[in-house]
Amino acid sequence: MSTTVDQLFVSLKHWLVGLVPEAWQTIASILLSIAPILGVFPLLFAITTWLERKGLGRIQNRLGPNRVGPFGWFQPIADGIKMLTKEDVVPRSADHLVHFLAPVVLIVPVLLAYSVLPFGKNMVAIDLDEGVLFFFAVGAATELSVFMAGWGSRNKYSVLGAMRAIAQMISYELPLVISSLTVVMLTGSLSLVTIVDRQAPVIFGFLHQWNVFTPWGLAGCVLFFIAATAESNRTPFDLPEGESEIIAGYLIEYSGFKYALFFMGEYLGLFAISSLGITLFLGGWLAPFAFLDWIPSYLWFFLKLFALICLFIWIRGTLPRLRIDQLMNFAWKFMLPMTLINVAVAGLWYFSREWGGIPIRWFMCAFCIAVPYVLLGRAVEPRVARRIYRYSN
Amino acid sequence: MSFPFIITAALMLVSAVAAMSLRNLVHCALCLIVTFAGLAALFLQMNARFVGFAQILVYIGAVAILILFAILLTRSSEMKTGQLRVVPSSWWVGIAVALVTFGSLALAVSSSTLLKHPPSEPGIVTVKQIGFQLMENYVLPLEVIGLLLTAAMIGAALIAMREKQSP
Amino acid sequence: MTPLHYYLIVSALLFAIGFAGALTRRNAILVLIGIELMLNAGNLNFIAFWRYGSHPEHHFTGLMFVIFSIAIAAAEAAVGLALIISIYRHYKTTNLDQVNSMQG
Repeated sequence: MSTTVDQLFVSLKHWLVGLVPEAWQTIASILLSIAPILGVFPLLFAITTWLERKGLGRIQNRLGPNRVGPFGWFQPIADGIKMLTKEDVVPRSADHLVHFLAPVVLIVPVLLAYSVLPFGKNMVAIDLDEGVLFFFAVGAATELSVFMAGWGSRNKYSVLGAMRAIAQMISYELPLVISSLTVVMLTGSLSLVTIVDRQAPVIFGFLHQWNVFTPWGLAGCVLFFIAATAESNRTPFDLPEGESEIIAGYLIEYSGFKYALFFMGEYLGLFAISSLGITLFLGGWLAPFAFLDWIPSYLWFFLKLFALICLFIWIRGTLPRLRIDQLMNFAWKFMLPMTLINVAVAGLWYFSREWGGIPIRWFMCAFCIAVPYVLLGRAVEPRVARRIYRYSN
Repeated sequence: MSFPFIITAALMLVSAVAAMSLRNLVHCALCLIVTFAGLAALFLQMNARFVGFAQILVYIGAVAILILFAILLTRSSEMKTGQLRVVPSSWWVGIAVALVTFGSLALAVSSSTLLKHPPSEPGIVTVKQIGFQLMENYVLPLEVIGLLLTAAMIGAALIAMREKQSP
Repeated sequence: MTPLHYYLIVSALLFAIGFAGALTRRNAILVLIGIELMLNAGNLNFIAFWRYGSHPEHHFTGLMFVIFSIAIAAAEAAVGLALIISIYRHYKTTNLDQVNSMQG
């Protein structure tokens, strides 16, 4: 019974493909794999905009939008209508072709990235043998749209914002890739389906072996999600689009539907990279405990994605924005050494397989990560001078 | 001669010509990116998937962005207004040399008998096999590339660093 | 299946285009773009010969060569662009015709 519910969408797709004549079956199969992605994730984007505004509002001690529909549930629809009907203003001296193509160059690679993610058991659009490489290759191509947007607007603030955004994105790409390298190392494959399958075996009788339950996995997960926040330009790393510093950075000259496309592209990128983090570290579509296996796999995946979205919204509401030099210092002087140490500790974990039970290995590897963390943290912190209090006499 | 090959090759060659001949440097760099993407598509058509994705990651994701940054930092994109579109006479010599090169290469390719064999069936090349090759047969080039990239990184940072203004 | 010599002609054409650009343009960055095009044409050649050789899933030389060539091209582009930026700081121009004295 639980397997039929679990494989509901897979069997639905097979049945629909069977209805189509023989010659068209490949194309029908491809279209039926793509259509759910194109339907679900923009819907999730709409829900997230509402959730974010409500969540941020509550964190900032105010109500979020509550005018449009009960609890403001129809706010995304109102936002959509506003974006679509706004006048599309393009500066006269802007480079029209580049300015026009920038949102397209953002959306296309981001949607391509969804094609290798497994959303449930047997529910992946393409099971590529080098899925992780494809994901990062396509993610690197999205940085181009930032440059095109900034330069195409022929505005000094745009160019400055675009250069800062690209510098931030390439700086944080390294910790992102190297922290996912540990998972690839210990799984022995770049294929995302294989990575989830290797996290399936149950230890201690009830615990699925998610990668996050290992010391290198925990450190890697934290580093991955910090780098993912920076890659998606979210607070505390949202200097490129901070409204109080640089107006809107590379998005200044965009209005109406193109701005909506950028907005959607940014959130879709956030979902894609969270999904990759879930697949690599949090067990993908697996349940945490073996006795919860009856819940369908896609439900687990979207539950974890929802939890991560709430976590990102929470962080956005809580932490202040980093300055550009603080951001770059953090990436190169703290994150990169930590990720390299993480790779070394992952190797240590692998080679200490015969040493004795899991607790000993766990504490040894965790110690090897915690000591550099403390030392690096002390080293990177700026020297703060003692405060001198002056009182009037 | 399959349809995807014709489209991809035509797109790639047209954007390569555009990359070399446009006046605005940033447009040249963007056409170069289209060339790289076309080349990645050709690699994928030949079933070299790892190389195709590595091409996108390295060339489009790093080299092209480096070129764009260099264009911005050297202010080469600011064009003096009022320049007429004139092909300097020195261009014809370069184009002639390139045409002679192409002619000799094309002659060599079309008159060779070695290339008329039919292709063998493509097998599946997995990343595991590439990894084994890198660690067994090609471990020395792998280590040397690591050294080379480290040296290039340190060297590039040192060369482009601003010298300290001596007071 | 596209015959091999079509791929080789395309790669020769790409090489010629890169060569023409590297010889004729005066801007240093455009010369570098031409060099990248030539390197890419060489990579295409290698992959074509690898694919159309005998048993491409057992003989990896072409594929390996291209992997290393991509890495080397990235390193060379980084150093070349650093040099161009450094020259620009000194001469205030990227026009290669004006960078014509040996002593700074």
